[in-house]
Amino acid sequence: MTVRSTVTSMFEEVAREQQRRLAPLTDTLRLVESGLDSLSFALIVARLEEALGYDPFDTAASFPVTFGDFVGLYEKYPR
Amino acid sequence: MTLWEAIARRAAKPAGPWLDAGCPVALGSLANASILGGRLETLRGRSVMVSTEHALTAALALIELDGVARRMVLCTPGLATEHLPQVVRDAQVDAWVTDATGGAPPPELGSISCLVAHRVPQPCEVDRRSEASATEWVLLTSGTTGGPKLVAHTLASLTAAFAQLPRLEQGAPIWSTFYDVRRYGGLQILLRALFFGSLLLPAGADESPGEFLGRAAAAGVTHISGTPSHWRKALMSGATGQLRPDYVRLSGEIADQAILDALRAAFPRAVVAHAFASTEAGVAFEVQDGLTGFPASLAGTSAEGVRIDVSRGTLRIQSPGNASRYLGEGAPPIKDAEGFVDLGDRLEMRGERWYFVGRSGGIINVGGLKVHPEEVEAVINSHPQVRMSLVKPRRNPITGTVVTAEVVLVDGETAESAENAEAHAKRVCREILQTCRERLAAHKVPALIRVVAALEVSASGKLVRRDA
Repeated sequence: MTVRSTVTSMFEEVAREQQRRLAPLTDTLRLVESGLDSLSFALIVARLEEALGYDPFDTAASFPVTFGDFVGLYEKYPR
Repeated sequence: MTLWEAIARRAAKPAGPWLDAGCPVALGSLANASILGGRLETLRGRSVMVSTEHALTAALALIELDGVARRMVLCTPGLATEHLPQVVRDAQVDAWVTDATGGAPPPELGSISCLVAHRVPQPCEVDRRSEASATEWVLLTSGTTGGPKLVAHTLASLTAAFAQLPRLEQGAPIWSTFYDVRRYGGLQILLRALFFGSLLLPAGADESPGEFLGRAAAAGVTHISGTPSHWRKALMSGATGQLRPDYVRLSGEIADQAILDALRAAFPRAVVAHAFASTEAGVAFEVQDGLTGFPASLAGTSAEGVRIDVSRGTLRIQSPGNASRYLGEGAPPIKDAEGFVDLGDRLEMRGERWYFVGRSGGIINVGGLKVHPEEVEAVINSHPQVRMSLVKPRRNPITGTVVTAEVVLVDGETAESAENAEAHAKRVCREILQTCRERLAAHKVPALIRVVAALEVSASGKLVRRDA
Protein backbone atom coordinates (compact mmCIF):
# COMPACT_ATOMS: atom_id res chain seq x y z
CA MET A 1 0.00 0.00 0.00
CA THR A 2 1.46 3.36 -0.95
CA VAL A 3 1.67 6.26 1.47
CA ARG A 4 -0.94 8.06 -0.62
CA SER A 5 -3.43 5.22 -0.48
CA THR A 6 -2.87 4.81 3.27
CA VAL A 7 -3.55 8.52 3.79
CA THR A 8 -6.59 8.44 1.52
CA SER A 9 -8.16 5.47 3.22
CA MET A 10 -7.49 7.04 6.65
CA PHE A 11 -9.38 10.20 5.56
CA GLU A 12 -12.27 8.00 4.41
CA GLU A 13 -12.27 5.86 7.54
CA VAL A 14 -12.27 8.85 9.93
CA ALA A 15 -14.92 10.72 7.89
CA ARG A 16 -17.17 7.65 8.09
CA GLU A 17 -16.57 7.29 11.80
CA GLN A 18 -17.16 10.97 12.56
CA GLN A 19 -20.20 10.99 10.25
CA ARG A 20 -18.76 13.75 8.12
CA ARG A 21 -19.36 14.24 4.44
CA LEU A 22 -15.93 14.03 2.81
CA ALA A 23 -15.28 16.13 -0.31
CA PRO A 24 -13.62 14.30 -3.26
CA LEU A 25 -9.93 14.01 -2.31
CA THR A 26 -8.02 15.87 -5.02
CA ASP A 27 -4.58 17.38 -4.51
CA THR A 28 -5.98 20.90 -4.75
CA LEU A 29 -8.75 20.31 -2.19
CA ARG A 30 -8.26 22.76 0.67
CA LEU A 31 -8.34 20.92 3.98
CA VAL A 32 -10.78 23.47 5.44
CA GLU A 33 -13.18 22.52 2.66
CA SER A 34 -12.72 18.75 3.08
CA GLY A 35 -15.68 18.45 5.45
CA LEU A 36 -13.48 17.33 8.36
CA ASP A 37 -13.02 19.17 11.66
CA SER A 38 -9.93 19.54 13.89
CA LEU A 39 -10.71 16.40 15.85
CA SER A 40 -10.95 14.40 12.61
CA PHE A 41 -7.50 15.65 11.54
CA ALA A 42 -6.13 14.83 14.98
CA LEU A 43 -7.44 11.25 14.63
CA ILE A 44 -6.02 10.93 11.12
CA VAL A 45 -2.55 12.07 12.24
CA ALA A 46 -2.59 9.82 15.33
CA ARG A 47 -3.59 6.74 13.33
CA LEU A 48 -1.19 7.48 10.49
CA GLU A 49 1.62 7.62 13.02
CA GLU A 50 0.51 4.19 14.22
CA ALA A 51 0.24 2.82 10.67
CA LEU A 52 3.35 4.41 9.13
CA GLY A 53 5.53 4.76 12.22
CA TYR A 54 6.19 8.50 11.93
CA ASP A 55 4.64 11.91 12.49
CA PRO A 56 5.92 14.37 9.89
CA PHE A 57 4.38 17.31 11.81
CA ASP A 58 7.31 16.89 14.24
CA THR A 59 9.67 18.49 11.79
CA ALA A 60 7.31 20.15 9.31
CA ALA A 61 8.28 23.69 8.44
CA SER A 62 4.70 24.65 7.62
CA PHE A 63 1.22 23.32 8.13
CA PRO A 64 -0.45 21.68 5.12
CA VAL A 65 -3.23 23.68 3.49
CA THR A 66 -4.38 21.32 0.71
CA PHE A 67 -4.85 17.56 0.58
CA GLY A 68 -1.85 17.45 -1.78
CA ASP A 69 0.29 19.26 0.84
CA PHE A 70 -0.90 16.77 3.45
CA VAL A 71 0.01 13.70 1.36
CA GLY A 72 3.32 15.36 0.40
CA LEU A 73 4.21 15.84 4.06
CA TYR A 74 3.97 12.07 4.59
CA GLU A 75 5.53 11.08 1.25
CA LYS A 76 8.54 13.35 1.62
CA TYR A 77 9.27 12.46 5.22
CA PRO A 78 12.80 10.96 5.37
CA ARG A 79 12.41 7.40 6.58
CA MET B 1 -11.99 52.14 40.02
CA THR B 2 -14.82 50.70 37.94
CA LEU B 3 -14.47 49.60 34.35
CA TRP B 4 -16.36 52.67 33.18
CA GLU B 5 -14.01 54.96 35.11
CA ALA B 6 -11.05 53.20 33.51
CA ILE B 7 -12.55 53.85 30.05
CA ALA B 8 -13.48 57.44 30.89
CA ARG B 9 -9.92 58.11 32.07
CA ARG B 10 -8.87 57.45 28.51
CA ALA B 11 -11.36 59.95 27.16
CA ALA B 12 -8.51 62.33 26.35
CA LYS B 13 -7.34 59.79 23.80
CA PRO B 14 -9.62 59.37 20.81
CA ALA B 15 -12.09 56.81 22.10
CA GLY B 16 -11.73 54.11 19.52
CA PRO B 17 -14.61 52.12 18.20
CA TRP B 18 -14.99 48.58 19.30
CA LEU B 19 -15.02 46.83 15.97
CA ASP B 20 -17.46 44.03 15.53
CA ALA B 21 -18.93 42.36 12.45
CA GLY B 22 -21.06 45.15 11.02
CA CYS B 23 -21.55 46.82 14.39
CA PRO B 24 -18.93 49.39 15.34
CA VAL B 25 -19.48 51.07 18.70
CA ALA B 26 -17.46 54.05 19.87
CA LEU B 27 -16.78 53.48 23.54
CA GLY B 28 -16.68 57.20 24.22
CA SER B 29 -20.31 57.38 23.10
CA LEU B 30 -21.32 55.26 26.09
CA ALA B 31 -21.07 58.38 28.28
CA ASN B 32 -24.62 59.14 27.22
CA ALA B 33 -25.86 55.91 25.68
CA SER B 34 -26.73 52.54 27.14
CA ILE B 35 -27.89 49.08 26.18
CA LEU B 36 -29.73 48.79 29.49
CA GLY B 37 -31.33 52.21 29.24
CA GLY B 38 -32.82 53.71 32.36
CA ARG B 39 -33.23 50.23 33.81
CA LEU B 40 -29.65 49.92 35.03
CA GLU B 41 -30.60 51.09 38.54
CA THR B 42 -32.96 48.13 38.96
CA LEU B 43 -29.87 45.90 38.89
CA ARG B 44 -28.01 47.73 41.66
CA GLY B 45 -26.72 45.35 44.33
CA ARG B 46 -27.97 42.24 42.57
CA SER B 47 -26.32 39.08 41.31
CA VAL B 48 -26.77 39.36 37.57
CA MET B 49 -26.42 36.60 34.99
CA VAL B 50 -25.19 38.06 31.68
CA SER B 51 -26.51 35.52 29.19
CA THR B 52 -26.34 37.02 25.73
CA GLU B 53 -26.33 35.70 22.20
CA HIS B 54 -23.82 38.32 21.07
CA ALA B 55 -20.37 38.83 22.59
CA LEU B 56 -20.67 42.57 21.97
CA THR B 57 -23.79 42.87 24.14
CA ALA B 58 -22.07 40.94 26.92
CA ALA B 59 -19.09 43.29 26.79
CA LEU B 60 -21.30 46.39 26.90
CA ALA B 61 -23.32 44.92 29.78
CA LEU B 62 -20.10 44.37 31.75
CA ILE B 63 -19.11 47.99 31.24
CA GLU B 64 -22.48 49.18 32.50
CA LEU B 65 -22.86 46.73 35.37
CA ASP B 66 -19.40 46.98 36.92
CA GLY B 67 -19.73 49.02 40.10
CA VAL B 68 -23.53 48.66 40.03
CA ALA B 69 -24.24 44.93 40.34
CA ARG B 70 -23.06 43.00 43.39
CA ARG B 71 -21.98 40.17 41.12
CA MET B 72 -21.88 39.56 37.35
CA VAL B 73 -21.89 36.00 36.05
CA LEU B 74 -20.56 35.82 32.54
CA CYS B 75 -22.37 33.01 30.77
CA THR B 76 -20.19 31.27 28.20
CA PRO B 77 -21.63 30.68 24.73
CA GLY B 78 -23.11 27.22 24.39
CA LEU B 79 -23.50 26.59 28.13
CA ALA B 80 -25.83 23.58 28.31
CA THR B 81 -29.29 24.42 29.71
CA GLU B 82 -28.95 21.49 32.11
CA HIS B 83 -26.14 23.34 33.93
CA LEU B 84 -28.10 26.58 34.41
CA PRO B 85 -29.77 25.59 37.71
CA GLN B 86 -26.36 24.87 39.26
CA VAL B 87 -24.92 28.21 38.09
CA VAL B 88 -27.98 30.15 39.29
CA ARG B 89 -27.87 28.42 42.68
CA ASP B 90 -24.11 28.70 43.24
CA ALA B 91 -23.99 32.38 42.24
CA GLN B 92 -27.35 33.23 43.88
CA VAL B 93 -28.45 34.83 40.63
CA ASP B 94 -31.49 37.09 41.10
CA ALA B 95 -31.41 39.09 37.87
CA TRP B 96 -30.81 38.22 34.25
CA VAL B 97 -29.61 40.27 31.29
CA THR B 98 -30.06 38.97 27.78
CA ASP B 99 -30.13 40.42 24.27
CA ALA B 100 -32.66 38.05 22.80
CA THR B 101 -36.38 38.17 23.50
CA GLY B 102 -36.27 34.40 23.77
CA GLY B 103 -33.25 34.52 26.07
CA ALA B 104 -35.14 34.80 29.34
CA PRO B 105 -34.29 32.42 32.19
CA PRO B 106 -36.16 29.12 31.97
CA PRO B 107 -39.22 29.26 34.29
CA GLU B 108 -38.05 26.26 36.34
CA LEU B 109 -35.27 28.45 37.73
CA GLY B 110 -37.83 30.37 39.78
CA SER B 111 -38.53 34.06 39.74
CA ILE B 112 -35.54 35.90 38.34
CA SER B 113 -36.19 39.37 36.97
CA CYS B 114 -35.15 39.55 33.33
CA LEU B 115 -33.99 42.57 31.39
CA VAL B 116 -33.75 42.44 27.60
CA ALA B 117 -30.88 44.70 26.56
CA HIS B 118 -30.63 46.63 23.30
CA ARG B 119 -28.18 45.13 20.82
CA VAL B 120 -26.49 48.52 20.35
CA PRO B 121 -26.36 51.41 22.81
CA GLN B 122 -29.31 53.81 22.65
CA PRO B 123 -28.84 57.48 23.50
CA CYS B 124 -30.19 58.23 26.96
CA GLU B 125 -29.35 60.06 30.15
CA VAL B 126 -27.04 57.82 32.15
CA ASP B 127 -25.88 58.82 35.57
CA ARG B 128 -22.56 57.07 36.02
CA ARG B 129 -21.56 59.20 38.98
CA SER B 130 -23.63 57.23 41.45
CA GLU B 131 -21.68 55.66 44.24
CA ALA B 132 -19.93 52.59 42.95
CA SER B 133 -19.42 49.43 44.95
CA ALA B 134 -17.05 46.61 44.13
CA THR B 135 -18.54 44.06 41.77
CA GLU B 136 -17.55 40.43 41.82
CA TRP B 137 -16.87 39.05 38.32
CA VAL B 138 -17.70 35.37 37.92
CA LEU B 139 -16.30 33.39 35.00
CA LEU B 140 -17.26 29.86 34.05
CA THR B 141 -14.68 27.24 33.27
CA SER B 142 -15.16 23.56 32.53
CA GLY B 143 -15.35 21.52 35.69
CA THR B 144 -14.47 18.00 36.69
CA THR B 145 -17.94 16.53 36.85
CA GLY B 146 -19.51 17.97 33.74
CA GLY B 147 -20.96 21.14 35.30
CA PRO B 148 -18.99 24.38 35.02
CA LYS B 149 -16.84 25.74 37.83
CA LEU B 150 -17.66 29.30 38.92
CA VAL B 151 -14.47 31.30 39.36
CA ALA B 152 -14.67 34.63 41.20
CA HIS B 153 -12.47 37.56 40.23
CA THR B 154 -12.44 41.30 40.73
CA LEU B 155 -11.69 43.91 38.07
CA ALA B 156 -8.35 44.38 39.85
CA SER B 157 -7.40 40.69 39.60
CA LEU B 158 -8.55 40.48 35.98
CA THR B 159 -6.39 43.44 34.99
CA ALA B 160 -3.38 42.65 37.21
CA ALA B 161 -1.40 41.29 34.26
CA PHE B 162 -1.45 44.67 32.52
CA ALA B 163 1.24 45.83 34.95
CA GLN B 164 3.41 42.90 33.79
CA LEU B 165 3.19 43.57 30.10
CA PRO B 166 2.68 47.32 29.72
CA ARG B 167 4.78 47.71 26.60
CA LEU B 168 2.25 45.75 24.56
CA GLU B 169 0.28 48.98 24.19
CA GLN B 170 3.02 50.91 22.44
CA GLY B 171 2.16 52.22 19.00
CA ALA B 172 -1.66 52.11 18.91
CA PRO B 173 -2.20 48.38 18.57
CA ILE B 174 -5.29 46.87 17.01
CA TRP B 175 -6.09 43.81 19.06
CA SER B 176 -7.84 40.71 17.92
CA THR B 177 -8.59 37.35 19.45
CA PHE B 178 -9.89 33.93 18.47
CA TYR B 179 -11.31 33.61 21.98
CA ASP B 180 -14.84 34.57 22.80
CA VAL B 181 -14.64 37.61 25.11
CA ARG B 182 -16.82 35.77 27.61
CA ARG B 183 -13.97 33.35 28.38
CA TYR B 184 -10.90 34.28 30.41
CA GLY B 185 -8.54 34.47 27.40
CA GLY B 186 -10.89 36.73 25.45
CA LEU B 187 -11.86 38.82 28.45
CA GLN B 188 -8.19 39.63 28.98
CA ILE B 189 -8.00 41.08 25.48
CA LEU B 190 -11.32 42.94 25.84
CA LEU B 191 -10.22 44.55 29.11
CA ARG B 192 -6.80 45.37 27.74
CA ALA B 193 -8.36 47.12 24.75
CA LEU B 194 -10.77 49.02 27.01
CA PHE B 195 -8.09 50.02 29.53
CA PHE B 196 -5.65 51.24 26.93
CA GLY B 197 -8.16 52.63 24.45
CA SER B 198 -7.13 50.36 21.60
CA LEU B 199 -9.31 48.95 18.88
CA LEU B 200 -10.54 45.40 19.19
CA LEU B 201 -11.70 42.94 16.58
CA PRO B 202 -13.04 39.75 18.14
CA ALA B 203 -13.72 36.59 16.12
CA GLY B 204 -17.37 36.07 15.25
CA ALA B 205 -19.08 33.09 16.81
CA ASP B 206 -19.83 31.34 13.52
CA GLU B 207 -16.87 32.59 11.55
CA SER B 208 -14.37 30.15 10.00
CA PRO B 209 -10.68 30.84 10.77
CA GLY B 210 -10.23 31.90 7.13
CA GLU B 211 -13.06 34.45 7.23
CA PHE B 212 -11.91 35.81 10.55
CA LEU B 213 -8.28 36.16 9.50
CA GLY B 214 -9.35 37.87 6.27
CA ARG B 215 -11.37 40.38 8.28
CA ALA B 216 -8.50 40.84 10.75
CA ALA B 217 -6.03 41.45 7.92
CA ALA B 218 -8.35 43.99 6.27
CA ALA B 219 -8.70 45.84 9.59
CA GLY B 220 -4.92 45.96 9.99
CA VAL B 221 -4.80 43.90 13.18
CA THR B 222 -1.39 44.15 14.87
CA HIS B 223 -1.85 42.00 18.02
CA ILE B 224 -3.69 38.69 17.98
CA SER B 225 -4.24 35.92 20.53
CA GLY B 226 -5.61 32.39 20.62
CA THR B 227 -4.94 28.88 21.89
CA PRO B 228 -2.44 26.60 20.11
CA SER B 229 -5.50 24.74 18.77
CA HIS B 230 -6.95 27.97 17.35
CA TRP B 231 -3.62 28.66 15.69
CA ARG B 232 -3.23 25.17 14.22
CA LYS B 233 -6.67 25.55 12.65
CA ALA B 234 -5.72 28.98 11.37
CA LEU B 235 -2.51 27.68 9.80
CA MET B 236 -4.37 24.83 8.13
CA SER B 237 -6.89 27.29 6.70
CA GLY B 238 -4.10 28.76 4.56
CA ALA B 239 -5.46 32.23 5.35
CA THR B 240 -2.62 33.45 7.57
CA GLY B 241 -0.73 34.93 4.62
CA GLN B 242 -2.84 38.09 4.53
CA LEU B 243 -2.17 39.00 8.15
CA ARG B 244 0.88 41.08 9.13
CA PRO B 245 0.84 41.11 12.93
CA ASP B 246 3.55 42.52 15.20
CA TYR B 247 2.58 40.27 18.06
CA VAL B 248 1.11 36.77 18.11
CA ARG B 249 0.13 35.24 21.44
CA LEU B 250 -0.67 31.67 22.42
CA SER B 251 -2.29 30.77 25.74
CA GLY B 252 -4.75 28.37 27.32
CA GLU B 253 -2.93 25.19 26.33
CA ILE B 254 0.69 24.10 26.27
CA ALA B 255 2.43 25.55 23.20
CA ASP B 256 4.67 22.87 21.69
CA GLN B 257 7.75 23.54 19.60
CA ALA B 258 6.02 22.64 16.33
CA ILE B 259 3.32 25.29 16.64
CA LEU B 260 5.84 27.93 17.77
CA ASP B 261 8.07 27.16 14.77
CA ALA B 262 5.11 27.15 12.37
CA LEU B 263 3.93 30.56 13.63
CA ARG B 264 7.43 31.99 13.43
CA ALA B 265 7.61 30.83 9.80
CA ALA B 266 4.12 32.19 9.02
CA PHE B 267 4.71 35.57 10.70
CA PRO B 268 8.44 36.28 10.37
CA ARG B 269 8.19 39.88 11.59
CA ALA B 270 6.01 39.14 14.62
CA VAL B 271 6.96 38.44 18.21
CA VAL B 272 5.52 34.99 18.87
CA ALA B 273 4.79 34.76 22.59
CA HIS B 274 3.26 31.99 24.65
CA ALA B 275 1.70 32.81 27.96
CA PHE B 276 0.84 30.62 30.88
CA ALA B 277 -2.62 31.70 31.95
CA SER B 278 -5.74 30.09 33.33
CA THR B 279 -9.09 31.29 34.63
CA GLU B 280 -8.06 30.37 38.18
CA ALA B 281 -4.41 31.41 38.23
CA GLY B 282 -4.62 34.43 35.96
CA VAL B 283 -1.75 35.35 33.64
CA ALA B 284 1.44 34.05 35.24
CA PHE B 285 4.12 34.81 32.69
CA GLU B 286 4.89 35.16 29.02
CA VAL B 287 7.74 33.55 27.09
CA GLN B 288 9.07 35.20 23.94
CA ASP B 289 12.22 33.26 23.08
CA GLY B 290 10.45 31.00 20.59
CA LEU B 291 11.04 27.86 22.64
CA THR B 292 8.49 25.63 24.34
CA GLY B 293 8.53 25.49 28.16
CA PHE B 294 10.01 28.34 30.17
CA PRO B 295 13.45 29.40 31.42
CA ALA B 296 14.33 28.21 34.93
CA SER B 297 15.10 31.82 35.81
CA LEU B 298 11.35 32.62 35.76
CA ALA B 299 10.84 30.72 39.02
CA GLY B 300 10.80 33.07 41.97
CA THR B 301 9.09 36.38 42.59
CA SER B 302 8.76 39.04 39.90
CA ALA B 303 8.74 42.77 40.43
CA GLU B 304 4.97 42.75 39.89
CA GLY B 305 4.46 40.35 42.78
CA VAL B 306 3.92 37.16 40.76
CA ARG B 307 5.40 34.17 42.61
CA ILE B 308 6.20 31.14 40.47
CA ASP B 309 6.97 28.02 42.47
CA VAL B 310 8.25 24.77 40.96
CA SER B 311 9.51 23.06 44.11
CA ARG B 312 6.78 20.42 44.15
CA GLY B 313 7.05 19.36 40.55
CA THR B 314 3.95 21.27 39.45
CA LEU B 315 3.60 24.89 38.44
CA ARG B 316 2.22 26.86 41.39
CA ILE B 317 1.28 30.50 41.02
CA GLN B 318 0.58 33.21 43.55
CA SER B 319 -0.24 36.54 42.03
CA PRO B 320 -2.51 39.59 42.16
CA GLY B 321 -4.11 37.99 39.09
CA ASN B 322 -5.26 34.89 41.00
CA ALA B 323 -9.01 34.36 41.27
CA SER B 324 -10.30 34.74 44.81
CA ARG B 325 -12.43 31.60 45.12
CA TYR B 326 -14.80 29.10 43.56
CA LEU B 327 -18.47 29.85 44.20
CA GLY B 328 -20.92 27.25 45.42
CA GLU B 329 -21.59 25.19 48.48
CA GLY B 330 -18.86 22.66 49.15
CA ALA B 331 -16.61 24.15 46.44
CA PRO B 332 -12.93 23.36 47.09
CA PRO B 333 -10.53 26.18 47.98
CA ILE B 334 -8.91 27.72 44.91
CA LYS B 335 -5.51 28.10 46.61
CA ASP B 336 -3.44 25.56 48.51
CA ALA B 337 -2.35 25.94 52.15
CA GLU B 338 0.55 28.16 51.10
CA GLY B 339 -1.65 30.47 49.05
CA PHE B 340 -0.71 29.18 45.59
CA VAL B 341 -3.02 28.21 42.75
CA ASP B 342 -1.90 24.77 41.58
CA LEU B 343 -3.74 23.34 38.59
CA GLY B 344 -1.53 20.26 38.53
CA ASP B 345 0.55 21.15 35.47
CA ARG B 346 3.53 18.87 35.94
CA LEU B 347 7.02 20.08 35.09
CA GLU B 348 10.30 18.47 34.16
CA MET B 349 13.66 20.23 33.97
CA ARG B 350 15.95 19.70 31.01
CA GLY B 351 19.00 21.92 30.86
CA GLU B 352 18.11 25.36 32.17
CA ARG B 353 14.48 25.04 31.22
CA TRP B 354 11.22 23.72 32.60
CA TYR B 355 8.95 21.74 30.29
CA PHE B 356 5.31 20.82 30.78
CA VAL B 357 4.81 17.05 30.87
CA GLY B 358 1.06 16.69 31.40
CA ARG B 359 -1.43 17.13 34.19
CA SER B 360 -1.45 15.41 37.52
CA GLY B 361 -4.86 14.01 38.25
CA GLY B 362 -4.67 12.79 34.69
CA ILE B 363 -6.95 15.36 33.06
CA ILE B 364 -6.37 15.26 29.32
CA ASN B 365 -6.83 18.42 27.26
CA VAL B 366 -8.02 17.70 23.71
CA GLY B 367 -7.99 20.97 21.82
CA GLY B 368 -9.13 22.86 24.91
CA LEU B 369 -11.74 20.30 25.97
CA LYS B 370 -11.09 18.36 29.16
CA VAL B 371 -11.28 14.60 29.40
CA HIS B 372 -11.18 12.62 32.61
CA PRO B 373 -9.55 9.26 31.89
CA GLU B 374 -11.72 7.53 34.47
CA GLU B 375 -14.89 8.48 32.63
CA VAL B 376 -13.64 6.90 29.42
CA GLU B 377 -12.24 3.88 31.26
CA ALA B 378 -15.64 3.28 32.84
CA VAL B 379 -17.23 3.04 29.39
CA ILE B 380 -14.46 0.78 28.05
CA ASN B 381 -14.63 -1.44 31.12
CA SER B 382 -18.34 -1.97 30.54
CA HIS B 383 -17.44 -4.30 27.66
CA PRO B 384 -17.72 -7.88 28.98
CA GLN B 385 -14.42 -8.90 27.35
CA VAL B 386 -12.41 -6.12 29.08
CA ARG B 387 -10.65 -6.87 32.34
CA MET B 388 -9.14 -3.41 32.82
CA SER B 389 -8.13 -0.38 30.82
CA LEU B 390 -5.90 2.68 31.01
CA VAL B 391 -6.77 5.86 29.18
CA LYS B 392 -3.95 8.31 28.58
CA PRO B 393 -3.02 11.30 26.48
CA ARG B 394 -0.97 11.07 23.33
CA ARG B 395 0.77 14.11 21.89
CA ASN B 396 -0.89 15.36 18.73
CA PRO B 397 0.08 18.18 16.36
CA ILE B 398 -3.53 19.21 15.68
CA THR B 399 -5.28 19.23 19.06
CA GLY B 400 -2.25 19.14 21.38
CA THR B 401 -3.26 15.74 22.68
CA VAL B 402 -5.69 12.98 21.81
CA VAL B 403 -7.06 10.21 23.99
CA THR B 404 -5.69 6.67 23.62
CA ALA B 405 -6.47 3.51 25.54
CA GLU B 406 -4.70 0.32 26.52
CA VAL B 407 -6.94 -2.60 27.39
CA VAL B 408 -6.36 -5.94 29.02
CA LEU B 409 -8.85 -8.52 27.80
CA VAL B 410 -10.46 -11.31 29.77
CA ASP B 411 -8.58 -14.54 29.05
CA GLY B 412 -10.48 -15.79 26.06
CA GLU B 413 -11.28 -19.40 25.54
CA THR B 414 -11.78 -18.25 21.96
CA ALA B 415 -8.09 -17.47 21.65
CA GLU B 416 -6.98 -20.93 20.64
CA SER B 417 -4.33 -19.74 18.23
CA ALA B 418 -2.36 -16.56 17.74
CA GLU B 419 -4.38 -15.76 14.64
CA ASN B 420 -7.64 -16.23 16.46
CA ALA B 421 -6.42 -14.11 19.34
CA GLU B 422 -5.61 -11.25 16.98
CA ALA B 423 -8.96 -11.41 15.23
CA HIS B 424 -10.69 -11.57 18.60
CA ALA B 425 -8.77 -8.52 19.88
CA LYS B 426 -9.63 -6.54 16.75
CA ARG B 427 -13.30 -7.35 17.06
CA VAL B 428 -13.39 -6.36 20.75
CA CYS B 429 -11.60 -3.06 19.96
CA ARG B 430 -14.18 -2.29 17.27
CA GLU B 431 -16.99 -3.00 19.71
CA ILE B 432 -15.38 -0.85 22.42
CA LEU B 433 -15.05 2.06 20.00
CA GLN B 434 -18.67 1.65 18.97
CA THR B 435 -19.79 1.80 22.62
CA CYS B 436 -17.57 4.82 23.27
CA ARG B 437 -19.06 6.66 20.29
CA GLU B 438 -22.56 5.97 21.55
CA ARG B 439 -21.89 7.08 25.11
CA LEU B 440 -19.16 9.74 25.01
CA ALA B 441 -18.58 13.13 23.36
CA ALA B 442 -16.45 12.80 20.21
CA HIS B 443 -13.28 14.25 21.79
CA LYS B 444 -13.43 11.62 24.57
CA VAL B 445 -13.50 8.62 22.23
CA PRO B 446 -10.02 7.05 22.04
CA ALA B 447 -8.18 7.72 18.80
CA LEU B 448 -6.42 4.39 19.21
CA ILE B 449 -6.98 1.31 21.33
CA ARG B 450 -4.19 -1.14 21.96
CA VAL B 451 -4.61 -4.57 23.53
CA VAL B 452 -1.87 -5.23 26.09
CA ALA B 453 -1.06 -8.27 28.23
CA ALA B 454 -1.07 -6.35 31.52
CA LEU B 455 -1.23 -2.89 33.04
CA GLU B 456 0.97 -1.75 35.88
CA VAL B 457 -0.79 -1.51 39.23
CA SER B 458 0.86 0.24 42.18
CA ALA B 459 1.29 -1.16 45.68
CA SER B 460 -1.78 0.80 46.73
CA GLY B 461 -3.76 -1.09 44.13
CA LYS B 462 -4.18 1.81 41.72
CA LEU B 463 -3.46 1.92 38.03
CA VAL B 464 -0.11 3.56 37.46
CA ARG B 465 -0.73 6.64 35.36
CA ARG B 466 2.18 8.13 33.54
CA ASP B 467 1.24 10.87 31.16
CA ALA B 468 2.63 10.71 27.66
